[in-house]
Amino acid sequence: MSPVQQRLAMSRPTQGAAGKTGTWRVFKPVVDKEKCNQCGLCEMYCPDNAIDADLIVDLAFCKGCGICANECPKKAIDMIREEK
Amino acid sequence: MDTIAEIPKEEFVLKCTSACAGCSDALTLRYVLKAAGQDTVLVVPACCTSVIQGIYPNTAFNVPVYNIAFGAAAACASGMSNAFRATGKKTNVIVYAGDGGTLDIGIQAMSGAFERGTDFLYICYDNEAYGNTGMQRSGGTPMGARTTTTPAGKTDAKKDIDAIIAAHSPPYMATACAAYPQDLFKKVQKALTFRGPSFIHVLAPCPPGWRFSTEKSVEMGKLAVKSGMWVLYEREYGKLSINPQSKAAIKKPIPLEDYLAPQGRFKGIDAKTLELLRQHLAKNIKKLSAEAAES
Ligand SMILES: Cc1ncc(C[n+]2csc(CCOP(=O)(O)OP(=O)(O)O)c2C)c(N)n1
Ligand code: SF4
Ligand code: SF4
Ligand code: SF4
Ligand SMILES: [Mg+2]
Repeated sequence: MSPVQQRLAMSRPTQGAAGKTGTWRVFKPVVDKEKCNQCGLCEMYCPDNAIDADLIVDLAFCKGCGICANECPKKAIDMIREEK
Repeated sequence: MDTIAEIPKEEFVLKCTSACAGCSDALTLRYVLKAAGQDTVLVVPACCTSVIQGIYPNTAFNVPVYNIAFGAAAACASGMSNAFRATGKKTNVIVYAGDGGTLDIGIQAMSGAFERGTDFLYICYDNEAYGNTGMQRSGGTPMGARTTTTPAGKTDAKKDIDAIIAAHSPPYMATACAAYPQDLFKKVQKALTFRGPSFIHVLAPCPPGWRFSTEKSVEMGKLAVKSGMWVLYEREYGKLSINPQSKAAIKKPIPLEDYLAPQGRFKGIDAKTLELLRQHLAKNIKKLSAEAAES
């Protein structure tokens, strides 16, 4: 980026641009590896891209919406209340 | 059957937006940008998508975004597209707008851009209300739905924006739904192969606006399609093809109540409005089926 571009008042792509949204969570997804068949649907439907290609949930950002648990065909995800 | 494997792993919506938990707008945008790729500019009029990007000087969107006044999105995209093409660039220009920004406030600029044959893709993600200002009714709100400005339920029908777009005869137009990301991905990819204007209307179930709990966003989109309230199709050079999911739903729909009951916005809907909604649905399906049979 040129010095001129750097001075432009525009936002730059950054992870965490809206903060660590994991702090919003009331329930957290917990995956039962025994039941999971690695279908990847949880990753596909997560609106926040909080599940990576290896199907690990990034709890720094997961908002706890529960879509992954609701859509899991194996019922392998439980939503567990966060202890705060 | 589509496979998830076809969809690139690369993400252009970085972790993560400030969208409400379970937001279909965020889910839709994930797949729109996966399909469009890096060489893309988004033009976003005032809507939830302008708000969820993050806090200056940071943004969660990893493509250039031009945030613009409500009524100006398609006009801005026209100029941008012409400038790119004049300099030999193939950059995708995508307007990504809400239903309020499309069906109501941005309609004249959009109509102009379609009439001029602008080489761009216009995507309307439809959460059926003015979401980011607190769920006021829009032209996209269905009859019977309670919003903050229709506390007793909307008395007018949902505006048929797809028929209005079809009257401009674009090379490609389609409907999609956030609950069917693979279908959405394929339609965005396809739309971007056409020269000229294309349009995709995406149903985006919104937990706070429609008053259902966050884990049901995808489920709600599927119920919309299975009940026939939302029909998935594409129209290529005027030839309509209805998606297999919607063909199945037309043949054997689930009861409309299965879609309405989980949503607080339809709570207490009276029998007369329910019947009107049912008639509206039947009329739409009849019209689309007849057109598909002729195509
Ligand atoms: C001309 C003008 N009128 C009103 C507003 C206030 N406003 C900003 S966003 C918005 C609602 C947008 O609704 P929609 O396009 O459906 O997008 P959503 O928020 O639902 O994603 C309104 C009314 C504005 N920014 N500009
Ligand atoms: S949806 Fe369920 S079964 Fe499929 S990968 Fe995720 S946890 Fe495993
Ligand atoms: S709870 Fe929601 S945000 Fe968290 S991983 Fe599941 S789908 Fe993603
Ligand atoms: S109001 Fe609805 S569309 Fe807007 S960010 Fe929240 S869930 Fe998404
Ligand atoms: Mg809206």
